[in-house]
This record gives sequence, structure tokens and C-alpha cells, in this order.
Amino acid sequence: MTAMPSGSPAMFGTAGRAAHEIAVLGWVLSFIALAVLLVVSLILLAALFRRRAARAAQPDSVVIRPNRSVRLIVWGGIVIPAIILVGALLFTLFVQSAVATPPATPVATIRIVGHRWWWQVIYTSNSPDQQVVTANEIHVPVGQPVRLELVSADVVHSFWVPKLAGKTDVVPGQQNTMWMEADKPGTYWGQCAEYCGLQHAHMDLLVVAESPADFRRWLDQQRQPPQPPTDPVTAAGERIFSRSACAACHTVGGTPAMGQLGPDLTHLASRRTIAAGTLPNTPGNLAGWIANAQGIKPGNDMPTMMLPPGDLQALVAWLETLK
Amino acid sequence: MTLVARPYDLPISPQDLRSPGRLGMMLLIATEASFFVYLLFSYFYLASMARGSWPPDGNPALRLSLPNTIILIVSSGTMWWAEAGIKRGQQGRLRLGLLVTLLLGLLFLALQGLEYSHQKFTPATHAYGSLFFTITGFHGAHVAAGLLMNIFVQARAWAGHFTATRHLALSNVALYWHFVDIVWIIVFLSLYISPRLG
Amino acid sequence: MAITTTPTAPVERLARTWETAPGLYGILATVDHKKIGKRYIVTALVFFLAGGIEAAFMRTQLIHSNLHLLDAEEYNQIFTMHGVTMLFLFASPILSGFSNYLWPLMIGARDMAFPRVNALSYWTFLLAGIFIYTSFLIGQAPDGGWFAYVPMTERTYSPGLNIDFYALGLIFITISTTVGAVNFVVTFFKMRAPGMSLNRVPIIMWGTLSASVAIIFALPALSAACVMLYFDRRFGMHFFDPAEGGHPLLWQHLFWMFGHPWVYIIVLPAIGLASDMIPTFARRPLAGYTFVALSTITTAILGFGVWVHHMFATGLPMLATTFFSAASMMIAIPSGVSIFAWIATIWHGRPVFRTPFLFLIGFIVLFVIGGVSGVMTAAVPFDWQLTDNYFVVAHLHYVLIGINVFPVFAALYYWLPKMTGRMLSERYGRWVFWLMFIGANLAFFPMHISGMLGMPRRIYTYQSGLGWDTINLITSIGAYVFALGVLLFLLDFFRSLVVGPEAGDNPWDAPTLEWSVSSPPPPYNFAVIPTVRSRHPLWEDRLGEAHHTLLGTGPVLDRGRETFGTSALDSDAYEILQMPEDSIWPVMLAAMMTVTFYGLLFGVWWLAILGLVLVILSLAGWCWPTPLREEELDLLPEEG
Repeated sequence: MTAMPSGSPAMFGTAGRAAHEIAVLGWVLSFIALAVLLVVSLILLAALFRRRAARAAQPDSVVIRPNRSVRLIVWGGIVIPAIILVGALLFTLFVQSAVATPPATPVATIRIVGHRWWWQVIYTSNSPDQQVVTANEIHVPVGQPVRLELVSADVVHSFWVPKLAGKTDVVPGQQNTMWMEADKPGTYWGQCAEYCGLQHAHMDLLVVAESPADFRRWLDQQRQPPQPPTDPVTAAGERIFSRSACAACHTVGGTPAMGQLGPDLTHLASRRTIAAGTLPNTPGNLAGWIANAQGIKPGNDMPTMMLPPGDLQALVAWLETLK
Repeated sequence: MTLVARPYDLPISPQDLRSPGRLGMMLLIATEASFFVYLLFSYFYLASMARGSWPPDGNPALRLSLPNTIILIVSSGTMWWAEAGIKRGQQGRLRLGLLVTLLLGLLFLALQGLEYSHQKFTPATHAYGSLFFTITGFHGAHVAAGLLMNIFVQARAWAGHFTATRHLALSNVALYWHFVDIVWIIVFLSLYISPRLG
Repeated sequence: MAITTTPTAPVERLARTWETAPGLYGILATVDHKKIGKRYIVTALVFFLAGGIEAAFMRTQLIHSNLHLLDAEEYNQIFTMHGVTMLFLFASPILSGFSNYLWPLMIGARDMAFPRVNALSYWTFLLAGIFIYTSFLIGQAPDGGWFAYVPMTERTYSPGLNIDFYALGLIFITISTTVGAVNFVVTFFKMRAPGMSLNRVPIIMWGTLSASVAIIFALPALSAACVMLYFDRRFGMHFFDPAEGGHPLLWQHLFWMFGHPWVYIIVLPAIGLASDMIPTFARRPLAGYTFVALSTITTAILGFGVWVHHMFATGLPMLATTFFSAASMMIAIPSGVSIFAWIATIWHGRPVFRTPFLFLIGFIVLFVIGGVSGVMTAAVPFDWQLTDNYFVVAHLHYVLIGINVFPVFAALYYWLPKMTGRMLSERYGRWVFWLMFIGANLAFFPMHISGMLGMPRRIYTYQSGLGWDTINLITSIGAYVFALGVLLFLLDFFRSLVVGPEAGDNPWDAPTLEWSVSSPPPPYNFAVIPTVRSRHPLWEDRLGEAHHTLLGTGPVLDRGRETFGTSALDSDAYEILQMPEDSIWPVMLAAMMTVTFYGLLFGVWWLAILGLVLVILSLAGWCWPTPLREEELDLLPEEG
């Protein structure tokens, strides 16, 4: 298993406008939190150890009379926290409205459908032949915001690409929208962030941010139907795909396969990972997935396909042509 | 420490409205009332999110529910009358009042059952149906509980347990019954009247 | 009617009157709050261990990426049960246990207001816990997370019995919690010794009172939600089904309207316990008593106004999230007030570093960490990064371990000697403290980082190469260290029962009433009912108080099981209450409820109905008055 094609999904070292604003807020709050912890700890230590010798010299039976002083309580417990909290709240409100709307009109609207346990990605368009359907990988142009419409096919999920933006839940019965903009080219890790069942741990996605020109090229490529197979092996693979259970769940443009239950595979080979980020997309992993999906991601909807080795090889060879 | 006893002179378990049992019943009512608040919150929440018309099959009929409301209010009156009676030591009035309250309560449940049998929808038809039957059903369950309590204190009344100054159990049952009545009024206003207010 | 008694208090008669009957009947029928309190504590600690074992499994599975010690379903059941166990079967019951045991002793009463209800609250807790755990026997433990979001927990996606165990088990537990809460509120207002006005009650009373009032108003939301979930699953209803007019967010609203007050319910009594222990180890009365009492009440009330902060990422309008963000930040203020009250007490006092005090210092530190990380999550846009990842897991464990577990362990070291008559070991106690404190920080502080590194919660495994491996290793090691501390505590506890030094009445030289009686206390608590004159009866002479609490002189109330009923504010005695004898009805009622719940679980309707009928009959048996004894008959007032 080769390494994942992205770095850590940390929420600092951000690469997106929304995430930047939020990270600044995060740093400020973290600093305040640590400062409060430090100051209160120091006061506590002082309370414990001040005048240690004098206090230790008193016998245990002495009970100290209360002195009615409430200064420490009023200042430390009410006034200063109130000032800090009001300040934090105001800054929070400022950041919240700053990230509420995108900086410019979104250049694309992407419909994300959360399934158990994969992400369906649809680049919407007014004309049907311009629509792009893919899975688990989203491409965006650097420096231009995109609008995401989040809907669920089944249960509550949560769409989260930490380097680019905060998360938004995917709730059945309603459509949530968010905007996202990357300001650096790169590949960014995302994952489902709401417990959605057995394989919640393996419901990841990638966001690939590229130059606007590269983005257009990718989009145009995705709009093309795949090339028909040119050699006997891949032709055999296409036949196997269309004839067997694969076509019941998956769609591949330009073939009879129009299944709607699983990810659209029309441009499978152009994707960096398979099985919602579970494995890098290599021929070996692909073959392993087809032959043993239940072993790799138990409980997911893809059955383990019992294919003779020759058929499996042909199938994988054909799938590798779906760029 | 040598222990020295001190004399005292206080009533023993007077079972009046200052006794722990009274506060206990009031708190029980508070928690049950909260339960209905959350059920009604659910009703209004889903109503506010409804995409089609709400209620989906038209407003629930007043034909049985309005008379039922009056029946329940009257039964609170008879329960009050019974309690006022025992406060004056009138055992007969207590027993009669409790009996009439019981019968009115049974009538309420019977009419509610009739209304259920005529409903065009079931709890499994849609969310409104689920809410309608669950809310009125839990209210009906509280009515039934109140009737069982009624039978219980009637038995105690017949056994001569209650006097003009000692009848806390009866007062608590009466309070519970008035609570059940008030819940019905609020449920009635929410489910039957509020959709008609446009 | 004037009554005089003999000059010397007849303690033998009191002992006979209040003692629990011997044998199995006594075990099942006791209504003694001390026995019930101890049972609560022991049972809750057993569940704590169960939850700890579940945590150990989880942390071992996560110690490295891509491990397969547990498969996905096993992990999902274990993490769900870890949450359910700790939050429902440990955190609240342990505090009920302490409150049950201590309240009458602290307020100069002979028992709680409703001793049989007290017994019922214990039996229903035990049986509800067993009910939920029997799910493991058929391999179908709840697996939807402790907050069980729909639609995943609906029948379509959770076809087994797992979630039915969950929904019914929680309804069962709410019965225990609610009746217990009613008992505490009534006891608070009716049963305090003469002279114990509101400004003289120990803070544990304020903490548990606030929590109990919150329980009365918050728990029904959980019951409503679980009823709806059960109805959706069993009868095909549509509360949460968007296709038929329902909505998944209805579950979230109802659950968190319960859930947020719940997290205050499980810490406010512990805050009370801590506030009563700190003065003993600072050798002076609590600074800012009124501030602390008011802050527990304020927190309980404000706790009802912040629930949406669990739902910031669900797509709610900005106006709503802004309000709840503000409220969630402001609720930190009462906590800050209490923290500075404790620090002020120590500052102006004279610290005595015994084991309970070490846990209390740890409590303050962990409270601050948990509190500030909570403020961070209260900021809506930052919460959009932090929610549902390990940062929140860090926050919730800091507040739970800090504000519940640490005060509980302090209380165990402090009050177990009162309960058993034996001290635990100071030497081992220090080891226990440091192992637990270091273990907790080692386990949970790094989770702030792994959350910020993007690790979501509730995942049974994680990929390598994401930068999470080392942190998870440290976390798991910390968890094992913490567990070691708990184990050492258990060993010391059993050891102390055999060879621990005798505690005596007041081993800590503490000020409150429970330390004026023997360790363990006699069944009747107080031979004479005290008349209270200050917050710290046993320190009055050393504090130069003008008026002194009467401890050895007072009414005996020995004509049956008697205690005073007193007024709410000033605690003037106005009646004598006759308390019930041992009764089999509470355990019967709890057992019949269990039958009903199993009937509902398996859909065996005749069993459920039979159980319900038996519940009704048990209630009738309970409520039918028992005939008075001869001596009590003579004392009834004449009917006029």
C-alpha cells in the first residue's frame, strides 16, 4: 500500500480563505486559553505555597477565621473573564460574518451527495451534457470560490476538508450550502466527520486545487465519454463489466452500464484514490478491491466479486483506460 | 458527649399541604408537564418545517374533541367538588364526586377511541400522524393513570381513610387530575385550534 | 399536647427502630439512605470499571494506524457503550450515591424525604444498567454512539436490537434519575434540621439541588426522543423521516435539550462535594459561599440555553448560532466564580496536603483546561473545525474527568472512612493521584492536537501518513497509566477494609454535621436532632462564633421512625414526620418494570402488558397505607 497522496489534514497551515480566517480565530482563542490556564495555575500555585513556612508552623487544629474579602473572586471570577469573553465573542462574530459569504461569485456549483460510505460529486450545469459526475475527488480552481450543495442519500454525514474550510453537516431532508476556495495548488485531504455507521472511518475524499486553466482542462476531460477499447484485453474487460453485476451498481459513460447505487466510474483512472480514500488508485489495489471489497472495507455495499483471474486482469486493464 | 433529651410538641404527620408528599406530587407534575412541552415542541417544530400543507389531511375534526374537552373540564369541576366535600367532612360527597369524575374520564377515553377509529391516517402514515397519535395517546395514558388513581382513592374513601383534616392522598390525586385537564386544554389548542388560526 | 421524654436519650430503642431487618429480606427491602448510598457508589464504580475496560479496548485498537484488534462493529459497540456507561451508569449515579449517603447526615435528619422512593431509584438504576448490558450477551450492544443520531439509528440502517436496547434502556434509567431528583428537592426544602437556614447548608446540597431541578425539566426531553425513536423503529412511525414530514434534526434538538443540561447535572453535585472538602484542607470556611451557591444555580439555569452549540455545523441560521455561541461563552462565568472562590479559600487559608486535597488541586487544574477548551468550541466558526474531532473528545474528557471523576476520588478518600470506619493509605493515595493526574493529562491533552491535526472522532482505525500515529501512542499510554491508578485505588480500598487505621468520628477535623457522629454512623444517624447555628458546627468555638449549634441536646424523636419536617427558608420545625419501615415494594416495582421493558424490547406484547399490570399492582401495594403501630395510634391528634 503506497502512501496517501496528500499531507496531514491539519487545520493550521491552511490553504483556503475560509480556513485562514478561522485559523486566525483559532490561534487567538488558543493563545487566550493557554494564557488563562497559565495565569490561573500560577495563582493557584501561589495560593498553595505562599508563606509556606509560616503556615506550616501553625498546628493543624487551628481554623482560620474568614476575612470576608471577595476581591479575588469578583475580579478573577467575574470582571476579567467577562471582559475576555466579550472580546472573544466580538472577534468570533466578526470572523463568522467574514466567512459567511464567498469573496466573489462562485465559479461552479458542486452538488455533493453523501452516501454510506462514499461521496458522490456532481458538477451541475444547465445543460445535461455539461454535467460531470464523479466520486470522492473534487477539483477546484485556485483563487476562485466554488459553491457546494450538500445533500444526503441516507444518514447524517459531515463534509470536512480542514485545510480549506470548516465542516458542514450533510443532513437528509435538507440541503446545506457552503463555499470553498483554495488559494494554493495542492491536494487536500477531507473526511466524513459525523459518525455514520460501520465504515465511517473510511469515508474520505480529496480536493485537488489547480490553476483555473488546469481546472477547465480537467472539467472538459471529465465531460468526454471514455475512448472505446482498442485491444482485445480491454475489450474483454469492458464486456465483463457490462455483463456482470458491476453494471447493476455503476455507471460508465458510453457503455450500457447505468447503475446508480455506486460511484460513477466513467473516469475512474483519473482519480488518485479508490474506495473513498481508503486505497491509492493503483492497478494492484484496484484488483484487490474488486476481488475482496468486503475484506478491505467490511460492510460496505460493494460485494466481493468472484472473478476468474484472467477476467479480473482484463477488467482492471479496461478500468485503467477510463481516464 | 452526654446526650440530653429535650421535649417537643408538634403535630405528627398532619398530611396537610405543607407535607413532603404534596411537594413530591407537584414535582412529579412538573416533570410530566415538561414531557408534554417537549412533545408539543416537536409538533410545532415539524409544523414549521413542513413543505406541504399542515396538517397534511386537513384540520382535525372538532366534532368529538370539543365535547371531549368540555367533558374533561366538567370532570375537573366534579373532582374539585369532591375535594371541597371532604374538606367539610362530607364522605358521601367525596365518594359521589370521585365516581362521577371516574365516569366522565371513562367517557373521555371512549370518545377518544371513537375519534381514533374514524381517523383517516394512522401513526405510520406520516409524521403528523405519528405526532397526533403519540401526543393524544400519551395524554390518554395520563388520563388512564388518573382514573386508576381515582379508583385507588375511592377504595380508600370507602374504607373510611379520609377525614376533614387528613386527606392528602385525595388532594394529590385531585391535583394530578387538574394537571391532566390542563394538559388536554393545551393539547387541544395546539393540535385542533392552532391549525385553524391560519 | 405536651410530651416529655426521659432525661437520657434511649439510643438502644432508636437503634432497634432504625435498623434494617436481617437477612435477604433486609437486603431487598432496606430503605436506609446510608445503605442505598453505599450501593449506589459500589454499583457506579463497577460500571466505571466496565467503561474503563471498554476504553482500554478502544485505546489499544487506536494505538497505531490500521490495526485490526477490533473490527468496525465491535469498536462501534464498545465506544457507544463506553459513552453510555460513563455518562448514565457512572457519572450521575456515583454523585447520587454520595448525596444519598451524606445529605441526611449533613442536615441533621434521620433519612431522606421519601426513603422507599430512594430505594426505588437505586433498584431501577441497577436493573436498567443490567438491562443495557445484557445486550452484550447477544452481541447486539448499542452501536449508534451515545447520542444515537437518526436516521442511522432507525430500523433501515440499524435492523438489530442494538438501538432498541439503547432507547428502552435510557427510558428505564430516566425513571431512576427522575424519582431520585424529586427526592432530593423535597428533602432539601422539608427535612433540614431546625436552624439550618438556606445560607447554612453545605454546598453539596446546592449542587445536587440545582442538578435535581435540572433533571426534572431536562430528562423528559430524552424520554420523548427515545419514545419517538422506539416508535419509529417498532411501529413504523415517521418522527425523524424527512420523506414523510419528519426531520432528523428533531432528534438532535430533543437530545441536546436533554444532553446539555445533563452534562451540568453530572458535574454540579461534584462541584458541591469539592466545595465542602476544600475548606477542610484549607483550614478555613469556604470563601464566597454565596457566590458558589448562586453559581451552581445559575449554571443549571443557563445550561438550558446552550444546547444548540452541539449543532453548530448542521446548517442553522446565523442568528440562532450567534445567540447560542454568546450563551455558551457566558456560561463560563459562574464556573470562573467558583474556581476563584476555591482559590481564595486556599489563598487565605492554610493548605494541608492530604490525598483528598491533591485530587482537589487536580480538579481545579483540569476544570480550567476543560473550561477554556469549551470556550474555544463555543466560537461558531472555529467550532466548524473543532466539532466532531478529537479536540472535542479532549474537551469532554477534561471536563468529565476533571469536574466529576477527580472530585469523586477526593470524596472517596474523604468520606469512605466515614462509611467504613477505616482510613485509606496516604502513601498509596499519593501514587493513585499522580498516576491518575499524569495519566489523564498524557491521555487527553494530546487529543487537542490530534483533533487540530484533523482526526475525526468515532473512527475505529485511521490511515498511516496523516501524522496521527505518535499522538495516539502517547494517548494510549496515558490511558493505561490512568487505569493503573484506578487499579491501585481498588487494591488500597480492599486493603483498608482489613488493615486500615480506625478513622474515628472526625479524622479530617472537618466542620460539618456528618463528622459529629461515629464512623460508620449508627442507623438512626443522630441520637438527638441537632439545632444548627452556623455553616460549620464543629468549628464554631475555634472561629469565635457567638452562637453554638446544639449537638448533644435536642429532641429525640424515638416513638417509631421519626424526623422533623421543617420550613423551607429558615428551617423551623413545624411537624414530625413518620418515616416508612423496610419495604419490599420498591424492588418489586423495579423488577416488574424490568419485565415490561424486556417485553417491549423483544416485541412480546403480552409480556409487556403483564409487566405493566404488575407495575400498577405494585404501585397500589406501595401506596396503600400500612396500619399504624400501637404506640403511633395513641399519638394521633383528636379529630375535632
